[in-house]
Amino acid sequence: MPADLSAVLAEPGAAKPDPLLVIDGLRRSFGGLIAVDVGHLEIQRGVITALIGPNGAGKSTLFNVISGFEKPTEGHWSFAGKPIAGLAAHRIARGGLVRTFQLTRTLGRMTVLDNMRLAAPGQRGERLPLALLPPLWLAGERAITARADELLERFRLSHLRDEYAGTLSGGQRKLLEMARALLTDPVMVLLDEPMSGVNPALAESLLEHLSDLRDEGMTVCFVEHDMDVVMGVSDWVVCMADGEVVAEGPPATVAQNPSVIDAYLGARRGAPPAREIDEE
Amino acid sequence: MLALLLGLPALRLRAEYLAISTIAAGEILRLFYRSSWAEPVTGGVFGLQRFATAFYQANPIPRDTYGFWLVQFNSRDLWALAVAWAVVLVLCGVIAVLVRSPWGRVLRSIREDEDAVRSLGKSVYSYKLQSLVLGGAIGAMGGMMLAISTQSVNPDSYDPVVTFFLYTLLVLGGAGRVLGPVIGSILFWAVLTVVDSALRQAITAGHIPESVLTAPEVGAARFALVGLGLMLLMIFRPQGLLGSRREMLLDAR
Repeated sequence: MPADLSAVLAEPGAAKPDPLLVIDGLRRSFGGLIAVDVGHLEIQRGVITALIGPNGAGKSTLFNVISGFEKPTEGHWSFAGKPIAGLAAHRIARGGLVRTFQLTRTLGRMTVLDNMRLAAPGQRGERLPLALLPPLWLAGERAITARADELLERFRLSHLRDEYAGTLSGGQRKLLEMARALLTDPVMVLLDEPMSGVNPALAESLLEHLSDLRDEGMTVCFVEHDMDVVMGVSDWVVCMADGEVVAEGPPATVAQNPSVIDAYLGARRGAPPAREIDEE
Repeated sequence: MLALLLGLPALRLRAEYLAISTIAAGEILRLFYRSSWAEPVTGGVFGLQRFATAFYQANPIPRDTYGFWLVQFNSRDLWALAVAWAVVLVLCGVIAVLVRSPWGRVLRSIREDEDAVRSLGKSVYSYKLQSLVLGGAIGAMGGMMLAISTQSVNPDSYDPVVTFFLYTLLVLGGAGRVLGPVIGSILFWAVLTVVDSALRQAITAGHIPESVLTAPEVGAARFALVGLGLMLLMIFRPQGLLGSRREMLLDAR
């Protein structure tokens, strides 16, 4: 069961009952442009948190910094109580915080199955002297293959198992990347726009996968700029604009929040005009 | 060893710069070995000779000439050849196992997309270093066999041109295949030798007039022909002789 967030105040930087990821004073600037400036942000364990905001709000940059793919200008953040700022990307991933990419990074000239099997953690056959002695790792390899097949089945990719990943469609690659991330046994997944470029039917099943993961106890955080998608699936919504967190709260509350509406429609405007036209 | 020393700083660079820095390091070492300061150990510009006597004393093949038709070897060459080919076979076996192992899978993934591999918790840097050191060790064995067969090493026999010959035979055989370099080097050597002797005989027999090509120019001309052959190969079979065309066409992400 997802944790109860009803007691949490719907304001930026609100404290959560059981935060898994805590970000403090994180800044990332490119020359004069400040891409990310997050004072304090907590992500609750075991729920789906959506990170929304217009283009250029700094959502992806925030993901890149948290996952170790970009260096912050300043700031620190901790995962499951351990500070992970400044760690190499692969160490953060090994610690259980695994990400996917906005532009999918499937390994095109390898089969779908090999894409999956690569992700399994702690493989003996990946260490050099041991790799030379197949008997030492063949059993492990079979177990990994079984798990990979299970996940492929779940994401309805089994029929593509032996195809090169480069022949997959955009949506199938998104699914593959998500399935691959799950094979690493993560504690929390950061999904960068999992729904972009995916056809509506597939997006629907992706959303179901997200809820299933949450119900299994996984913590999910995903970036999305389409508000409608976010409303149905997420337990908590964080809205960013110009690098800062401008609002957070349950989906329904955030949707009504004036600073969120400002962020999407541009600041210093009156009432949202789109809504008025709809009502007439 | 050398690969490890070189790799630690150089692997922080991107692919193209890594290649350039390894070539540069090779040149630095070559000039260093040539220097008179290093002469007591390296023999300076003259290199070292006759150091493999023990190797040839261990030769079990009786003194005689072996072979058939145009190909003749004496027992010394045959011994060196046998040992070298045995090393090639063993290494091919080792590589074949490695390529099919999870270790090889990580390496192939790094070729595809480093960031993806990083996001799955594998240290790209450490794998690159491992593969560079392994490649360096295999290269060193090749160098040793070459030195043993001629009983001399000279810094100038490993100049940058050799690097490009090696690239050539990799491309020729097909990159990403275990037997690619083996087939590539056999073919490269065969083409060089055959073209060389064919041209020389044609000149001697008068089929090629002196104004077009003279005997001393043959050495340069054969490389031009190999270059031409390589261009044709790139156009008609870009995956090399053993490569998989399907895999190559998937290049675009």
